[in-house]
Amino acid sequence: MLQILLAAVMLGLLWAVMTIGVYLTFRILGMADLTVEGTIAMGAAIAARAIIGGINPYAATLLAILGGMAAGLVTGLLHTKLKIPALLSGILTMIALYSINLRILGKAILSLLRLETVYTVFGGLSQIPFFADAGIGHLVPVIALGLLCVPAIICILYWFFRTEIGCAIRATGDNPQMSRAQGINTGNMIMLGLVISNGLVALSGALIAQQQSFADIQMGIGSIVIGLASVIIGEVLFGKNSFFSRLVSLVLGAITYRVIIAFVLELGMPANDLKLFTAITVALALSLPELKSYLRPVVTGLKGGAKNARGKWSL
Amino acid sequence: MLAVNGVFKTFNRGTVNEKTALHNVNLHLKEGDFVTLIGGNGAGKSTLLNCIAGLHEVDSGSILIDGKDVTKLPEHKRAGILGRVFQDPMEGTAANMWLEENMALAFRRGQRRTLKWGISGKERELYRTLLSRLELGLENRLNVKVGMLSGGQRQAVTLLMAILKRPKLLLLDEHTAALDPKTAAKVLALTEKFIGQEKLTTLMVIHNMRDAIRFGNRLIMMHEGRILLDIEGEAPSKSSPLRTCYSVSGRPAEPNLPMTASFCLEFFSRKTAGLFPSGGAGQKDDNQGKGKYCLPLPACAAMFHQSDCDKAAPAGG
Repeated sequence: MLQILLAAVMLGLLWAVMTIGVYLTFRILGMADLTVEGTIAMGAAIAARAIIGGINPYAATLLAILGGMAAGLVTGLLHTKLKIPALLSGILTMIALYSINLRILGKAILSLLRLETVYTVFGGLSQIPFFADAGIGHLVPVIALGLLCVPAIICILYWFFRTEIGCAIRATGDNPQMSRAQGINTGNMIMLGLVISNGLVALSGALIAQQQSFADIQMGIGSIVIGLASVIIGEVLFGKNSFFSRLVSLVLGAITYRVIIAFVLELGMPANDLKLFTAITVALALSLPELKSYLRPVVTGLKGGAKNARGKWSL
Repeated sequence: MLAVNGVFKTFNRGTVNEKTALHNVNLHLKEGDFVTLIGGNGAGKSTLLNCIAGLHEVDSGSILIDGKDVTKLPEHKRAGILGRVFQDPMEGTAANMWLEENMALAFRRGQRRTLKWGISGKERELYRTLLSRLELGLENRLNVKVGMLSGGQRQAVTLLMAILKRPKLLLLDEHTAALDPKTAAKVLALTEKFIGQEKLTTLMVIHNMRDAIRFGNRLIMMHEGRILLDIEGEAPSKSSPLRTCYSVSGRPAEPNLPMTASFCLEFFSRKTAGLFPSGGAGQKDDNQGKGKYCLPLPACAAMFHQSDCDKAAPAGG
């Protein structure tokens, strides 16, 4: 049980990086950026190819981030300069990335077995008897890196979105008309947001590939939905008051999502149904505000008092 | 200060929905001018403001602000010298950002934005002082999301943001139209106060004829993309717009205001037939002018409508 739970936490930490990237575009810029489906696989592909090529895994991960940023920039240019709708710009880049990722990988799956990864440094932790005896030795290095990496990202983003440029990006997502009236180049801010977002997503892809010891051309499929699911779970369960608590809630949301998945798999749901399950979860979560208003009279009626009902359904 | 030279703007060119929004508009504002701009729906008032602000690119003609040609500049590059307040109170502020963050955004208008903190402690004091001038109790609510404020409060904040960095030109696009009468009056009073204190060059679109006469030192009327009427003079007293018109008509006609005097007479005599009972002289002029100045009359009709509403409101209530 502990093993399953910790494995979920570990995956959650790695996917949290991607969730934060999705949050930046989905909530701060207010657009659904489908580029991430290609970027996550691209991050994995670049990191895997570079590590196999003998490059230091940290440098390889950095290359992956740069690759993701470039992908974000392409989407940004398509959207802001060529005025292609945001959703379509993302889809175009995503499709293009599929071919590019195949070129980087050379084949559908590239194995990283027995190669040095970013987790190798923390390999010593898995030898500690306490962890080894509990059967979680192989998870500890990844969790250790995740616990270093994710808070660092949160702190950097928290700082960044309080700076003048960060505020300008937030204003652009909030009210582009007002932003332009205040002298903000909204096109550039959207591009910058997409670049940062996709850099994070590629980082996540690189970390995941090194954790699972292979890069897979298919690994991006449905990742936007996983990201959205994590964002929404985080918001619903862990609040969205201050910006900092929002960022933390994203991480908790990503972990919760993984725990839920691990739980339903444990209950015997076929792994092939996972994407269907995720899609339904997201659809339900997105329709929650609407569903709440439908259900409120029922709840009120059952409880016999609006006070209780409100507390219950405001989650 | 502002020079609009021969500006044309047509929307949906070449389609059935083709609409000439601005037709050879020439407008020159001096430093410190407070101009009220009136006209019916579709007269081109907002289009003119949007062309000055850079939302729309003009088809031909040029726009100069403070001697600088901004015709080809994108909207965000003109923002540094412009202050703008929009009709929709939701449009001028970022709803999900704090009040102080909104102010800080405006404080950096026209500056290069860097990785410095988005807001400094010293600024907060400044914002507090400025917000207290609004007398809306907002000075203690710096960390409230602007979306939590009422429409009137948001509009007042937008106005403050527009003048936070002294603009060369203040553009107000019917900024009180979406507010209830009481709040609108308050925001208008604030507007007048700020413009007076800072001696701002202002172009204010307004729907209410009375306010158009009451405020500012110059009144411009547009119809179907043209400037029809351009009256200059000190803010006339509230009670007698008619007299003001006579005084205007008594002045020698200025070359750039060819039909000001006589048109103005006709305009007001018709308009005020019911509003201002003592319009005998006006009636006479009206009869003389009939036919000769028939072109602008439909434009007046659009204006009358608003004034009639003003008149009807107290009677009905």
